[in-house]
Amino acid sequence: MSSTTAKRLTSDAMIASIADAGARTVQAPLGHALLRAAREDPRVVGLSADLAKYTDMHVFRDAMPDRFYQMGMAEQVMMGTAAGLAQEGFVPFASTYSVFATRRAYDFLCLDIAEPELNVNVVAALPGLTTGYGPSHQATEDIALLRGIPGMTIVDPCDSVDIEQAVPQLIAHEGPTYTRILRGAVPTVLDEYDYEFRLGRAARLRDGEDVLLVSSGLMTERALRVAANLEKDRVDVAVLHVPTIKPLDVETVLAEVGRDRRVFVLENHSVVGGLFESVASALVQRGVHRQVTPIGLPDAFLDAGALPTLHDRYGVSVERIGARVRDSL
Amino acid sequence: MNQTAAEPEVGIGATRTDRVRDAAYRIRANALTQGEVQGQGYIGQALGIADVLAALYADHLNLRPEDPEWEDRDRFLLSIGHYAIALYAALAEAGVIPVEELSTYATDDSRLPMSGMSTYTPGMEVSGGSLGHGLGVAVGIALGLRRKDNPAHVYNLLSDGELSEGSTWEAVQACAHHGLDNVIAIVDMNRQVADGPAQEVMGTEPADEKFRVNGWHVLRVDGNDVDAVLTALDELRSHRGSPKALICDTVMGKGIPMLESREKLHFMRVAEDEWQIARDQLKEGHEA
Repeated sequence: MSSTTAKRLTSDAMIASIADAGARTVQAPLGHALLRAAREDPRVVGLSADLAKYTDMHVFRDAMPDRFYQMGMAEQVMMGTAAGLAQEGFVPFASTYSVFATRRAYDFLCLDIAEPELNVNVVAALPGLTTGYGPSHQATEDIALLRGIPGMTIVDPCDSVDIEQAVPQLIAHEGPTYTRILRGAVPTVLDEYDYEFRLGRAARLRDGEDVLLVSSGLMTERALRVAANLEKDRVDVAVLHVPTIKPLDVETVLAEVGRDRRVFVLENHSVVGGLFESVASALVQRGVHRQVTPIGLPDAFLDAGALPTLHDRYGVSVERIGARVRDSL
Repeated sequence: MNQTAAEPEVGIGATRTDRVRDAAYRIRANALTQGEVQGQGYIGQALGIADVLAALYADHLNLRPEDPEWEDRDRFLLSIGHYAIALYAALAEAGVIPVEELSTYATDDSRLPMSGMSTYTPGMEVSGGSLGHGLGVAVGIALGLRRKDNPAHVYNLLSDGELSEGSTWEAVQACAHHGLDNVIAIVDMNRQVADGPAQEVMGTEPADEKFRVNGWHVLRVDGNDVDAVLTALDELRSHRGSPKALICDTVMGKGIPMLESREKLHFMRVAEDEWQIARDQLKEGHEA
């Protein structure tokens, strides 16, 4: 044992951003994008279940208080209320944490909103492993739950660019959507690429001959860093960003995965029922025989702790992903 | 019912109560028609709630039967999906669906499924069945109407069993918090849930007091007394400043002595040879 004890990291406060120190960020992109859209479209209204401040909905609430509905800590009635508003012709954005929107309010999301195909947009913070609070707050299976709902569009944005560009498209889409939002100081990553968010479409961010990383959400930012790091080792890594998990852009995904490269699917979600299994299912159904390796969260209730510690522990840090890819070559 | 509704088949000079009683009789007869198609069903609930539905669909609600999506209509939300047999009976009485269609109840490809769904039936505002949903959706509809300056009311018919669902109470609080005086919740206290007598399965009384302490204006009436129901609905409609609830004590199987006295069951059995007896008893009771 060393004579000095290393300082233990602490669990981040709930308000903490996922951005690394020094990263370029935009403050509350969801709230500002929603506000811009609402100024154009009087149908847009916002709701929260006592988490406006922690989902960036407070930006909308403070600027347009008469178009915001506080529902208190009551996710079931928030979903029902959003459904009722949509039935009357409004376009609600309902905000809470991912765990509460999915696990807790599932029957309401399913029957009040999805079955009648209403234009309700659920915006959910703390997706996957973006909090150190343990399983009560870590939505590691939200995509698995929602993929089972017919007609549900599931969006997992990478950064502020994705979120800002997604909002008007969510409004225009006539049907229920669920978006895993990043909140607070949200990294800006994709503006350096020739990129445009298109609902339902995957986008190749960089090409490469040796390895393909298929990723969604914040894992795309990591995939890009892994690719840049491996470039120094003369490993040529392609990155395919899949911000819409459902419906999956099967054509683009299969065109990329079908090429002769090592393929990894990176996701901020359990390896059960998320992007990896969506891709695997598409491959099998089209008869494409290709080994694909998941890099995601384990099928387990995760530990509490500091995020950098946990990301490293579960193999989703840039370093661990890079090592895993390098070792496979 | 507004002026555009079909005139009930009663003589000139009949009182409002008489008109509603006649409608209730036809709603019960409509329910028997559907029950006989299936040979069983939620006939006990339909007979119990018929007077309330008659008061609503033959008198109280502002509807255009030929235009079920008319923007200014009162919204009636049935969260107890299995009561669809009763609502179809009332929709047929109101002229929203043809009476002849009732014989398709719960058969393949019918617009009238066993559990009521908005996507199947004209005049059905929500899909019920998973209990404790209706009042939450009512909150959103009421807020939406208020945003549009639409003076229509939102009615939600729920059951005493639904008072066991936590989501109902989330919605009760939300209605009061948002001052939704365009919401009227109607609770059918028929004292019977799937597993037995409601108060033995889960105590929900005193239901009226529970709404009251949550900031609602509440009336409790005999739900099989047409006069009392009409008077209460009028009073609630004109009340302003808080959401409103009508707690209705009803008798399952009401109007047919053979079924009123039968052991109360959530899913009442009626033998093949009993449907005619039921119709006869219903007619006798109405003419008495």
